[in-house]
Amino acid sequence: MSAPTIEVRIPTILRPFTNGEKVVSADAADAADLAQLISALDAKFTGLGERLLENGELRRFINIYINDEDVRFMGSLSASLKAGDSVTILPAVAGGC
Amino acid sequence: MTRYESLEASLGHTPLIGLPKLSPKSLPGKPAVRLWAKLEDRNPTGSIKDRTAIAMIDDAEKTGKLKPGATILEPTSGNTGISLAMVAKVRGYNLICVMPENTSIERTQILEMWGAKIIYSPAAGGSNEAVRVAKELAAENPDWVFLYQYGNPANTLAHYTTTGPEIFEDLPTVTHFVAGLGTTGTLMGAGKFLREKNPNIAIIAAEPRYGEVVYGLRNLDAGFVPELYDASVITRRFSVGAEDSVRRVKELLEVEGIFAGISTGAILHAALGVAKECVEAGVGADIAFIVCDGGWKYLSTGVYGKEGDPEVLDGQLWA
Repeated sequence: MSAPTIEVRIPTILRPFTNGEKVVSADAADAADLAQLISALDAKFTGLGERLLENGELRRFINIYINDEDVRFMGSLSASLKAGDSVTILPAVAGGC
Repeated sequence: MTRYESLEASLGHTPLIGLPKLSPKSLPGKPAVRLWAKLEDRNPTGSIKDRTAIAMIDDAEKTGKLKPGATILEPTSGNTGISLAMVAKVRGYNLICVMPENTSIERTQILEMWGAKIIYSPAAGGSNEAVRVAKELAAENPDWVFLYQYGNPANTLAHYTTTGPEIFEDLPTVTHFVAGLGTTGTLMGAGKFLREKNPNIAIIAAEPRYGEVVYGLRNLDAGFVPELYDASVITRRFSVGAEDSVRRVKELLEVEGIFAGISTGAILHAALGVAKECVEAGVGADIAFIVCDGGWKYLSTGVYGKEGDPEVLDGQLWA
């Protein structure tokens, strides 16, 4: 049986870091919160962390969602994670209307 | 009073409609959780953007930026352009809209009907590209009047002085306000007003999650956060994809008879999620959400039909 994981969706612009993979996963045991998840991903995909973080904070034009909710309103890097969660990374774009 | 001196004067005071069937049932002995839809399609050109457009033009006239016969320039994915096109036609201005090429055909047809000129921006990058192209054009054409809804305080102010007060007047017990996040004007303006009236109110943002093309930026620095955005006004923010949005907009039609545009489905999805949490927590709630526009402009996408497939929205800017 494989270890419980957290699924992470990678936007096109960051796929060069994940060998083109659209969805990657991390072991839930290594990712109790978002900061740990990013460290775990960076260990696997060198350079990815630096594209997501700047001076220890989320980059201004990066949005990350846990189960469709924006992490900036859930404690940002300390937002907690559990096995089965789905994480989506997206660049900030202008909405419609 | 339902008599107005002109079409523009009929702006706002849109109905707040209860959704008795779509509101979730509370647990036995627990207070009601009620959903309320503010029908912004009942505005002069059929969307919430009439508030923004009229406020920005009024402000530009007042400050002397906008002179008779002037040309207005605006990046838009449709509704703001349509509102501006009507007002420009009536007041005698020219309008140039910069619009992403991946929007529904009806938006182009309506814009042209009111005499607007359209400059298309590339599909990849979505509204970010429209904003970038419009900013370039504004710099190259200093005689054009660049209203710029993403950074114009008149946009936020319109919702602070109209949308917010209207909701509070109709529903003083409002506990949650849910709206779409585009220019952020609705959430910033109405949200700020409502929080002043009730510091405990939850202000919930529903952001459309598009297909990959729209996020196809050349680099991360091409990302965009509207100048009007102030995260401190927001309590929670949800990203809602096309599938959930289409499912909800059809539910709204089938269960309550309200025919809304696709972005309203995203907003309703967030509102229903919050409503469910309130039911589970056994707390009462009055959740007001915005119906941005009617579904007419999106019929060509085919998503409203029984066989309607949200995947057709993949490369489109559907909100």
